[in-house]
Amino acid sequence: MRFRHFKEIISSRFMLAATVFAAFLIVFLIIGLLQRSMPILEQKSLGELLLSSSWHPLKEEFGFLPFIMGTIWVTGVSMILAIPLCLLSSIYLAEYMHIKIRTAIKPFIDLLAGIPSVVYGLWGILVVVPVVKMIAPFFGTTSNGYCVLSGGIVLAIMVFPIIIAISEEVIRNVPYEMREATLALGATKWQATKMVVLRGALPGVIAAVILGFSRAFGETMAVLMVVGNTPSIPDSLFDPAYPLTALIANNYGEMMSIPLYDSALMLGALILLAMVFVFNVGARIVLIRLENR
Amino acid sequence: MDRRRLEENIIKVLMIFSVAVVTGSVFTVLLVVLVKGAPSLNISMLTMLPKGGFYIGGEGGILNAIVGSLYLAIGATILALAISTPVVLFLQKEYIGKSRFGTLVRLSLDILWGVPSIVYGAFGFIIMLYLGLKACLLGGIIALTLLELPIMVRAVDEVLMMIPRELKEASYTLGATRFETTTKVILKQVLPGIITAVLLAFGRGIGDAASILFTAGYTDRLPHSLLDPVASLPLAVFFQIGTPFPEVQERAYASAAILLIIILIISVISLAIRKKYSKYLIR
Repeated sequence: MRFRHFKEIISSRFMLAATVFAAFLIVFLIIGLLQRSMPILEQKSLGELLLSSSWHPLKEEFGFLPFIMGTIWVTGVSMILAIPLCLLSSIYLAEYMHIKIRTAIKPFIDLLAGIPSVVYGLWGILVVVPVVKMIAPFFGTTSNGYCVLSGGIVLAIMVFPIIIAISEEVIRNVPYEMREATLALGATKWQATKMVVLRGALPGVIAAVILGFSRAFGETMAVLMVVGNTPSIPDSLFDPAYPLTALIANNYGEMMSIPLYDSALMLGALILLAMVFVFNVGARIVLIRLENR
Repeated sequence: MDRRRLEENIIKVLMIFSVAVVTGSVFTVLLVVLVKGAPSLNISMLTMLPKGGFYIGGEGGILNAIVGSLYLAIGATILALAISTPVVLFLQKEYIGKSRFGTLVRLSLDILWGVPSIVYGAFGFIIMLYLGLKACLLGGIIALTLLELPIMVRAVDEVLMMIPRELKEASYTLGATRFETTTKVILKQVLPGIITAVLLAFGRGIGDAASILFTAGYTDRLPHSLLDPVASLPLAVFFQIGTPFPEVQERAYASAAILLIIILIISVISLAIRKKYSKYLIR
């Protein structure tokens, strides 16, 4: 009897320790990155670092604006492409498609979510870049194909499986009676979907989009391979960009040899972390509001 | 009346169009990479180390990257499993599930799930600076563990929440402690979930390049200890595609195809396990 009790106490202590470690991991991340980026924060003001667009590490000028804008452009384009396509697809999968076809397609979607980003990047180089290069003249510009649009397309395709898998499940889990009641009132199938099902599924769909967004936002390799990597603020879809993630990945080799450079790159990682943090907490608040409505 | 029909039809066309675009585009990803990679895929690619002049088109294979990737992903998955299992069990209702601390832990793990892998790479690099390590297998494993931990916790947590309450209640009624209930009843129920979570995390780990870019290094040799630098498949793809030599780029396609095949195998195993075990579960 006593031994059972002993096991119970020891095991829950151990689990508590692991949980505290996991919970504090985010704190360790922030402290670690903050400490490494202190040297640059002591010399320059945060406003200057975030709002200046002159990036010349050798002259000790570190303006992050082009990179932050690069990240926003590429992620924005990918979301504009992915959200409507994914929502329409998941509604179709959940409401209209035959159940047998759906159960055949589902594992395929799960599989796609696991494909490594370098594979998507490689595909981007082989397929998306030449296509974008070809269509650029129709929009009155020229581009070598390595640009914001290519990055956005590759990212959109990467997040398709993530958003669809979750939002399809959420839409399908809306109670069937709600649909029946609406259909009995004489609504068409789409009206029932639009007015009742989608409203019920909204918080879950938003959560799915947020997951897709986080994945797109932090993606490094696939974007890096197709986006052009020029440190200037893009003006159009066909301009090259240089997202923050690509900046860090591209320059790790030389960062220890130039003063303040490593500190600047760690600050870049910290900015990414801060953006993820703010976005997650903000989304959490929106979701709680929606669910309590 | 007609307008409603019209709307229904228009939206249906749009939906079918989206499904076609989505499935078509992802299908071409698989197709293009496998077709492009197949011609340069051969036995020496799989069984030989890079020889002199490999990166300008010379002899050799990418055994170093295959073995390195397996070491990295297996090491990280074992570590992540060891940390995430107690965490996820502790998140159950009878421990801290509903308390404020529980909510906080879930929130922090959600944030960690969204942290970009390059940030884990940078953080892993900082840890290594403190420990005085150079880029090595251990560093790569640490960075990948951090990446896999939230993925695993989330995957298992979802399965845990589906377990019927009555099952736990039956166990508690018989006088079992929380620990006994967890190990003898709950763990058996979530085992398929844990296995799929392990495979999911393994797949993410073996395919991730950004987190090991700083931490694992790259070498043409096989690692002999945890402190040796180690090559990896995603970085092999990345470095080979970056060279101006067509022969080497061909090898990048082949390396990507190998990586893709490994992922496909993992997915099929995971699917089979889920199918096989889910029929024994009580729902």
